[in-house]
Amino acid sequence: MKHEIVEKNIGLMIVFIILVISGGFLAEVLPLFFLKSVNEPIEGLEPLSALELEGRDIYIREGCHVCHTQQIRPFRAETERYGHYSVAGEFVYERPFLWGSKRTGPDLARVGGRYSDAWQRQHLYNPRSVVPESNMPAFPWLFEDVVNHNGTAAKLSALQTLGVPYTDEQIAGAADQLEGKFEIEALVAYLQQLGTVLSDKR
Amino acid sequence: MSTFWSIWISAIVLGTVFGCWWLLHATRKSQTTDVETDRTVGHSFDGIEEYDNPLPKWWFYLYVATCIFALGYLALYPGLGNYKGLLNWTSTNQWEAEVADAEEKYGPIYAQYGQTPVEELSKDADALKIGQRLFANNCSVCHGSAARGQVGFPNLTDDDWLWGGTPEAILETLHNGRMGNMPAKGVMPNMTNEQVDQVVNYVLSFSGREKDAAAAEAGKAIFAQGCVACHGPEGKGMTALGAPNLTDNVWLYGSNYEWIKETVLHGRQNQMPAQSGRLSEDQIQILAAYVYSLSN
Repeated sequence: MKHEIVEKNIGLMIVFIILVISGGFLAEVLPLFFLKSVNEPIEGLEPLSALELEGRDIYIREGCHVCHTQQIRPFRAETERYGHYSVAGEFVYERPFLWGSKRTGPDLARVGGRYSDAWQRQHLYNPRSVVPESNMPAFPWLFEDVVNHNGTAAKLSALQTLGVPYTDEQIAGAADQLEGKFEIEALVAYLQQLGTVLSDKR
Repeated sequence: MSTFWSIWISAIVLGTVFGCWWLLHATRKSQTTDVETDRTVGHSFDGIEEYDNPLPKWWFYLYVATCIFALGYLALYPGLGNYKGLLNWTSTNQWEAEVADAEEKYGPIYAQYGQTPVEELSKDADALKIGQRLFANNCSVCHGSAARGQVGFPNLTDDDWLWGGTPEAILETLHNGRMGNMPAKGVMPNMTNEQVDQVVNYVLSFSGREKDAAAAEAGKAIFAQGCVACHGPEGKGMTALGAPNLTDNVWLYGSNYEWIKETVLHGRQNQMPAQSGRLSEDQIQILAAYVYSLSN
């Protein structure tokens, strides 16, 4: 075949390019949609409560995932520091994933229960007050703003549609659960459950 | 993985490798010459022309080598569906091997320290070095790298202990954690603002710092009613409940009038998280020795 033919027929070139790109997708991504170990929740995994879910949205809004990963890789150095390595079944209800790609701060995949609520609050109010060398920004407004729960029921029902096992009662009661809660409470509730389903015994 | 997807993946992966191989040879054969000439492909853009020369041989064979490398890699590592590869490699068993290596190297050291009593261990310089590293990684976030604590998080270097400073008490704290809970207004939920002022003055009078002697005197009765259950009749605290001694000069939540008032009004809740399961028994033993050594 003459190289010229491909170079001079842009349509044919597009077809070849798509073929090359889709190879990786078809071999590496597509089969995962049908793989049991990737799609089944690990034992004991529950969907986030309304409060935790709003906390998760605050986590996204404040960009926590930009500096913190939520993915412990299977290296001893990581499991010694953070706990059991992450497994796919922990993330089946996560939409979108918050694995992150850069660790300016430590990994948070198993931060749940690691520190007290009081520490989390103080640290978020002013990180330097507990960790003098920290370069994390402070988030004082979380202590002033209450959680906006107008969209909570809609978020839960959207997740239900996508296959997260929320009950209709949970959706109906979502807004009530959040009445008068401050954003800091939602965020701390979210952080304190992270990674707690899988025992971090090594 | 089902057989279908296994074949699907293998077919695409091998198809890609052999496809590259074929493409390399097919385009090479279509070239009219395999030596360098002055011939151009015939087009000209702004006077710039393009030679019609074959790929240098070393370059061509580099491409061929990548195909061979790929096939070798696929034979050794799991890249073809359910085929496990000759090395039987998985990320999990690589991690397990890494952990087993470390266990072989450090296991005996940890085991030896784990069986040494805390007091004895707290005099072992090597064990304390390990303890210091463990402390830096796991405890310093709250207690500070020098273990001096900060507001809300106890100083571990002094002689004042909320839950007891014996080796047994420290081990218990590390293993199972502690939940400190001072209810708002102690056990007197109906305390008035005036009574709060009085009791704060009374608490300050333990260290001779009361703002108003008369109020402090009046606060004595309120203390006896609302605070005595945990802090004791003389305000000396109770380690069984983690209730602090109010008569020494150590203050977890600040020592001035405003801070103490805040504490009385709203109570204090704090928690030392349990380390069992997060750290090994031996590591906890070493940490206990390190913490014990800070004040003994």
